[in-house]
Amino acid sequence: MSARDASRFIRRDGPSLGEAETHARLERTWATPPGLWGWLSSVDHKQVGRRYIVTAFVFFLLAGLLALAMRMQLAGPNQTLLTPDRYNQIFTMHGTTMMFLFAVPVMEAFAIYLVPLMVGTRAIAFPRLNAFSYWVYLAGGVMLWVAFILNVGPDVGWFSYVPLSGPQFSPGKRADFWAQMVTFTEVAALAVAVEIIVTVLKQRAPGMSLNRIPLFVWGQLVTSFMVVFAMPAVMVSSSMLIMDRLIGTHFFNPAEGGDALLWQHLFWFFGHPEVYIIFLPATGFVSSILPTFARRPIFGYTALVLALVATGFLGFGLWVHHMFATGLPHLGNSFYTAASMAIAIPSGIQIFCWLATLWDGRPRFATPLLFVIGFIVIFVLGGLSGIMLASVPIDSQVHDTYFVVAHFHYVLIGGAVFPLFGAIYYWFPKFTGRMLSERAGAWNFGLFFVGFNIAFFPMHILGLIGMPRRVYSYPAGLGWDDLNLLSTAGAVILAAGVLVFLGNVWHSLKHGLVADDNPWGAATLEWATASPPPSFNFVHIPVVTGSNPLWEEADGLPVVSGLRVDQRELLLTSVVDAAPEVREPSPEPSIWPLLSALAVTILFIGSIFTPWAVVWGSIPLAVGLIGWFWPKSAPDTPEPVIE
Amino acid sequence: MNNGAPRFAADLAHLPTSAHGPRATTWWGTLGFILIEATGFALAAAAYFYLMGQTETWPPGQSPPDWLWGTLQLVLMLASLWPNWWTDRVAHADDLRKVRIGLVVMSAVGLLTLVVRAFEFGALNCRWDDNAYGSMVWVLLGLHAVHLITDVGDTLVLTVLMFTKHVEPRRFTDVTDNCVYWNFVVAAWVPLWALLYVVPRLV
Ligand code: HEM
Repeated sequence: MSARDASRFIRRDGPSLGEAETHARLERTWATPPGLWGWLSSVDHKQVGRRYIVTAFVFFLLAGLLALAMRMQLAGPNQTLLTPDRYNQIFTMHGTTMMFLFAVPVMEAFAIYLVPLMVGTRAIAFPRLNAFSYWVYLAGGVMLWVAFILNVGPDVGWFSYVPLSGPQFSPGKRADFWAQMVTFTEVAALAVAVEIIVTVLKQRAPGMSLNRIPLFVWGQLVTSFMVVFAMPAVMVSSSMLIMDRLIGTHFFNPAEGGDALLWQHLFWFFGHPEVYIIFLPATGFVSSILPTFARRPIFGYTALVLALVATGFLGFGLWVHHMFATGLPHLGNSFYTAASMAIAIPSGIQIFCWLATLWDGRPRFATPLLFVIGFIVIFVLGGLSGIMLASVPIDSQVHDTYFVVAHFHYVLIGGAVFPLFGAIYYWFPKFTGRMLSERAGAWNFGLFFVGFNIAFFPMHILGLIGMPRRVYSYPAGLGWDDLNLLSTAGAVILAAGVLVFLGNVWHSLKHGLVADDNPWGAATLEWATASPPPSFNFVHIPVVTGSNPLWEEADGLPVVSGLRVDQRELLLTSVVDAAPEVREPSPEPSIWPLLSALAVTILFIGSIFTPWAVVWGSIPLAVGLIGWFWPKSAPDTPEPVIE
Repeated sequence: MNNGAPRFAADLAHLPTSAHGPRATTWWGTLGFILIEATGFALAAAAYFYLMGQTETWPPGQSPPDWLWGTLQLVLMLASLWPNWWTDRVAHADDLRKVRIGLVVMSAVGLLTLVVRAFEFGALNCRWDDNAYGSMVWVLLGLHAVHLITDVGDTLVLTVLMFTKHVEPRRFTDVTDNCVYWNFVVAAWVPLWALLYVVPRLV
């Protein structure tokens, strides 16, 4: 047999199969089939991740338009651009969309795309569940926005407090759409959390022991655990709300032994960790970007990991601080004040490690680093107003004023949106194979930074001088006019920054500089493969020998061989040391996740109108799930014997 | 890296292609979903206690659920742990004939628990729309019922699968994961049973 003939029988990667041939065979095995059907049945984590990112961005833009509408309405006293009823829907839709359809999903989206690459594996764990989660998320978001367009958008605030959202004060279906949107997005988020946990624990490249996991991946791991423990709370509470509204249960009805504060406890048991679910991945962006542009390894790796874990725990101790104004027993309040303040410690540690990295490095001020520096500045300010709010007397004073609105936008935009934009500039070349324009990037950053501060700093003062949040208008002569106008001007500048960004993306997709594998000279594994990565991520699974593999192994990473090239196969490794254990098959593309998601959609939307939807809707769902898990073909071809 | 000749450090062709327990991803996935659902149960139970603390008499004006069916359920479930354990063991040994027996038994047990569950709903002595107590009781029992239905459905599908041409090593892993999940369903019932049937008699 000639060498060429022999190689036809080889089904694993290794020295005897040439590189080009390995590449071609892996591509045949892992590529998503072309066409619409292929698109709908894709289970490639990079495609699903990209969809998640784009979808979350569309929601960001929509919610941003609503924010502009609110700022226009509030630019001067006694404006009539929006009716009070519209305004209620708009601030609710803005907050809900930003939190549930943008901030959390976009962070997960980055995890879906990047975590498998960063840990050096060919696919995410449970790729079909991943596809399913995307469709469920999309359906929930579309449902909410269609409801809004049909004038049944929720109007009870992004946390939907009872009794306002209960059957008595919110007849109609508006609050139900809110509650059901929560169910959709939480199902999606929980699925992704499990995928990420398993990918990180079991699919790391050989040698990537716990102390070599990139900080971004650590951040996503801790976040995923927080999702697992926090999201069930909001699912429980939103289901209770729907039942109170639809089938006459009395969970929140004090007349029949229910209790309105039960809602607040359950909601904030989720809602506070939610802030960290958004923030921890963002710190992961920062810890990835900083070393690359400071050109030295991150300072204080272990301290940063511990700070992440500590934040994860403390995040749960804090829910009550949203409820100081409800008059809980005072000892309890002091305890939660202490816990609220304690969380400043891990945040402080992180800030110092980041500053030390910059200080000791040779910083290169590219756009990603600009956004990170903007983040550090804004976040420190937001943290300061947070420390103020953690004290019960101050909280009671400014509760429900614009001071609070200012505070959480400093935390959310400073703490999440700035790092997110840094992350986009950083990983765009990996996602698309092209660089974003640096010049437009600097403009983007400048407009953002200036616009943001002009828009939100005045809100602190407005709050202190008494302007309540969630008002659709205000009379002249209260001394609020100028500051509001200023704030609106800031929002317009911010919006201009977003436009520059969109233009930059649009232009760079076609005309940006072509990026090579590792355009920034970074150290982590996602830069060890092509930009954009092939369907199978890595031709050979890399071996990790340190925390900054691409810096430490400058002449190419060592790799392992022996994975099949004719079937989708992953390498599983041990949890602590990442020692190779098993070669496990990975699922093929399938249309069933989409069909199951459609069945879920019918069930969820139907149950807004009749409880029977749960019964009848479970039949198509069961069909969908059985189709999903039923094996497609006869058992796998046995392992080849010829090597 | 993909241009120059790669540096091969080791060959992993000898590794097994399926595994049971913590070496397999599905085991961790099952564990993840168990954690999620356990959190859901815990929060629902916390809500029960919270509402109980807000109310003078508990149950408010009704008698607690009748002992019979819920306790029968408890006995049945605890007894089912044994065939479940046995099925798990023979699945670990990849013994197809015994796995089939075990799955048929577990399917029958599962269907039986569903019948008992239906009677439980009839013996609660309250309706979900009576008051917050009634709502809580129905939701707790319902939440557990959803888990029962899902797991029994899963067991039935797996049983059918094991009689088709689709038997391969990974199916045995599915069986062991299903056994793990059943243990969770039983483990969740013990405190829930106490909550629904014992607690209202104590206060
Ligand atoms: C992009 C610029 C943004 C502007 C100009 C803006 C503006 C506003 C304004 C004026 C309000 C107050 C409405 C009122 O109380 O009457 C508000 C509320 C809110 N915003 Fe933003 N926002 C922006 C971005 C964001 C982002 C990125 C997030 C989250 C990630 C966010 C989350 C929220 C939430 C949760 C509320 C509370 C909604 C409620 O009261 O139910 N916002 N925003």
